[in-house]
Amino acid sequence: MLIRHLLRTFTAIWREGACMLWYVGKRLVQSVMTLFIIITIVFSLLRLMPEEGYLGAAAEKMSPAQKEVYLTSLGLRDPLPVQLGNFYADLLQGDLGKSVTYRTDVPVVTIIADKIMYSLLFGLGAVALSLLIGVPLGIMMAQMKGRWLDRLGTGYIVFVVAVPAAVYYLVIQMYITDIFHLPMLFDEYRPITWLLPLTSMALAPTASYAMWMRRYMVDELNKDYIKLARAKGVKERTLMFSHVLRNAFIPMAQYLPATILFTITGSIYIESLYSIPGMGGLLVDAIQRQDNTIVQGLVLVFSSLGIMGLILGDIAMALVDPRIKLGKGESVR
Amino acid sequence: MGLYTEEIDNISDKSRAELFEFFETSDRQAEETAYSNYSYWRSTWQSFLKNRMAVLLLALVFIVVAFTIFQPYLPAQKSPTEIYLDDQTGLQARNIAPNAEFWFGTNSIGQDLWSRIWAGTRTSLMIGCVVALVEAVVGITIGTLWGFSRKLELPITQLYNVVDNIPTTIVLILMSYILRPSISTIIIAMCITGWVEMARFIRNQIVILRDREYNLASKCLGTPDYRIIMKNLLPYLISVIMLRMSLAIPFAIGAEVFLTYIGLGLPISEPSLGNLINEGRVLMMSPDLRYQLIFPSIVLSVITIAFYIIGNAFADAADPKNHV
Repeated sequence: MLIRHLLRTFTAIWREGACMLWYVGKRLVQSVMTLFIIITIVFSLLRLMPEEGYLGAAAEKMSPAQKEVYLTSLGLRDPLPVQLGNFYADLLQGDLGKSVTYRTDVPVVTIIADKIMYSLLFGLGAVALSLLIGVPLGIMMAQMKGRWLDRLGTGYIVFVVAVPAAVYYLVIQMYITDIFHLPMLFDEYRPITWLLPLTSMALAPTASYAMWMRRYMVDELNKDYIKLARAKGVKERTLMFSHVLRNAFIPMAQYLPATILFTITGSIYIESLYSIPGMGGLLVDAIQRQDNTIVQGLVLVFSSLGIMGLILGDIAMALVDPRIKLGKGESVR
Repeated sequence: MGLYTEEIDNISDKSRAELFEFFETSDRQAEETAYSNYSYWRSTWQSFLKNRMAVLLLALVFIVVAFTIFQPYLPAQKSPTEIYLDDQTGLQARNIAPNAEFWFGTNSIGQDLWSRIWAGTRTSLMIGCVVALVEAVVGITIGTLWGFSRKLELPITQLYNVVDNIPTTIVLILMSYILRPSISTIIIAMCITGWVEMARFIRNQIVILRDREYNLASKCLGTPDYRIIMKNLLPYLISVIMLRMSLAIPFAIGAEVFLTYIGLGLPISEPSLGNLINEGRVLMMSPDLRYQLIFPSIVLSVITIAFYIIGNAFADAADPKNHV
């Protein structure tokens, strides 16, 4: 009897797991296709980039004929499909070309590899921090709806959502470092310097988590089953945490990818403001020095990261929401 | 018994030919019976007026917009691009703190910050409004087609999946990197990414609304599609559309600041809030010169917050559920 029961439970779990794997696999294949389309589009668009971006510092000394020879040697005069084919062949071998002006003739992959860890650390750190602060803040705001904490929180959300990030990032860097006598720039070996960039980056996602959490909690609190549970005498604590929170948390999963995408933008500002040696700062540098190959490589890396974020969000959604039937019927978010 | 026979006998007297003729309907009369004092826009406006904060901010935005337009024609204004020289030394009047002559001081090459801020606000607001307008037009058109036409649904969904998967920031950077920096470039770059959100919003709403009973009834009565869209569906979405549009303006202003920051913004000769903040950022290290960052930042924050709050208040007011 017991054995049969165990066996049944096991098959059920196994079947569910298989479903999940199938879904994840399908989603991955889909994303690879999307990535392929995006890379193709981006690559074709990048052929329209200013050509000086390939010549580097030597551009001024070159005659037009020399330029032409050089560009041909780089393969930039080939027809577009040929260039695209070469690019994919290189890409599969992990080759993204060589830097032009940023660090001349160093492979782009090496440059990015040095930087990617910092960006990932800061990005994930910011997402984690914002979840840790934003979700409880949203819950508290919903519980104290209409009171001072709720108003304060709403004010914070309006400010962060409406005012461009550049402005408050600058204000934070300017005044907080002054008030607490912190160093203005990032220093890997001084943990205190990690604090400000991380908090600044987490500000906006925290606000959006708090906003949505509050909204879903309030929606859920107004439903009939809550009234019934209250009438039945369920404790307020139990009600909040095992009924309301459980249901309100489901739609939250869909904001995870958006936050990940957002931290990309955030990282571009923050990394160059605090001179953190990450990809965002690199992008700003590469743009200012017109280094086409690095810009191209970074755009591809950022797009792939974005797509990965979206997959993660979908998987999280499928895990959290029991109503989503795996493997059947795709819909637009 | 006798009573009934009498009735039946008299029936031919009572029936007259006119009772068997069709009654002519008149649209005007039909409307009269259903007449009510309700007017959508008046109710919207009345609900909006109840939100004091939003009304105050709306007045403020009006004043700011009017001021940016009329400021150059006021007396004693300086040119935003002219470099002023010191009378005594003949050198550029660099980094002068705010005083009676230069109300907000001068920047690092001796241009008047007061007039630059207003010129910059003008540019930024212009960019914001144009982007919001284009986004609305393109987004509504595509969103309606996407939600309403079953043939176009699949291709547009595929297109959406591709476009939506690229981070907006990356597209902005890419477009600005390829095109030469100017106001029109920035507007194009923002419009390329901006319509997606609006289109998805409209599409989702239309999918929900298009099969409601009143629309099925309308369709069965032979109402042409464009009329269903224009009269039955879109008016329902006004609050959503207004909210999106009013949020697009602060977003566009912010995106301009971002692009300028990473070096893909407008040239310095074209003052914009992004340019001003970026100029101020360079001087941030010396506390005496921070006014160059703070003044544009304050103007920018006030404008963006105002648009955000007005948009939310208007969206609430435009929702008929909130009308009396």
